[in-house]
Amino acid sequence: MSYYFAILGTNDSPLYELEIGTYKQSGDGKPNFPIEIKELQQFIVNASLDILQDQQFKINQIFFKNLDAFYGYQVYSYLTQGNIKFIISTNVKNQDESIRQFFIEVNELYVKNLLSPFYNVNDPIRSVGFDSRVCLLAKKYL
Amino acid sequence: MSKIASGYDPAVGPRTTGTTTVIRPRSSIYDRNLHRARHDISVSSLSFLFMEMVSMNLNQAKSLIELERKLNNLGYSIGTKVLELASLRENFNNNLTSSGKSNVSKREIKVLDILHFITSVIWPSLFEKPADNLEKSSESNCQYMIIDNAPVLMKYISVPKEYEGLNCEAFVAGIVEGILDSTFFKCEVSAHTVPVEGHLGRTVYLINFDEELIARETQ
Repeated sequence: MSYYFAILGTNDSPLYELEIGTYKQSGDGKPNFPIEIKELQQFIVNASLDILQDQQFKINQIFFKNLDAFYGYQVYSYLTQGNIKFIISTNVKNQDESIRQFFIEVNELYVKNLLSPFYNVNDPIRSVGFDSRVCLLAKKYL
Repeated sequence: MSKIASGYDPAVGPRTTGTTTVIRPRSSIYDRNLHRARHDISVSSLSFLFMEMVSMNLNQAKSLIELERKLNNLGYSIGTKVLELASLRENFNNNLTSSGKSNVSKREIKVLDILHFITSVIWPSLFEKPADNLEKSSESNCQYMIIDNAPVLMKYISVPKEYEGLNCEAFVAGIVEGILDSTFFKCEVSAHTVPVEGHLGRTVYLINFDEELIARETQ
């Protein structure tokens, strides 16, 4: 039971990626993707971008659940006003609400990061502080 | 194995939870609250800073057009940032007022909606007042105008005779352009002084949208 989380920029380049293990359902907090799926995660997420792009200017929702599915992996997405995409691909079921909460809090972290004068839109987020706080959020919600 | 905490590196690949010992770093920008109600700065210090920006760019630029372009570029990067912040705050406030569990967060995806968002949400957050008017050009489908009768940054600026036609609000035009560009509303924005009686500093921000965009809109 694991999550793959990615932040993608306006030009679909990855800004941040994280593999998340869950502590719920007696997990130990470490991601345990099967090796063949682990390598595919980035493809799964990228493939779902086409669907997201179709919706982008038709529906004014921010959060999309069940955006895409791949052999038991569901893709959730969250699109900010500035077209930054937060995407999660996971095989954990029935966690819609906590994933939404997670996205909302990450959005706040992202904006705080964006307000730094040394960060520009579409740069990879290398900040240690950002990373550790996303990990804490993941522990809290996922 | 416990590694020292390090940030995301695109060359290495995704980070994983549970492998690093999470050290809580010293207090940083991530600990600040984004939803403070008021965050004022004084007009005089803002004007002073803006004056320095203009004079620095004036010394570096060879022509007035170049100066306006430089100011525009400075505004652009601010626009991309202020957009995300304003939209986050707006959604947060909407969720607060609609009491409790709700899902009213939304994005603006229509030209008119985003322009309205700029004049009524972003303008007050930057200048403490909404823009005075929003008009559609009668000549072209792609042109819109945001009108401000008394721009805050122009308060203490008077343009000398030999710089006729210069409008330092090119900076704010850059902000608007940055906002619209990062929401994927491709456009060009320019600022023009159009004085009327009683409002000598009245500025019109002319927004020229890409034709493709109008086509997307009418789909």
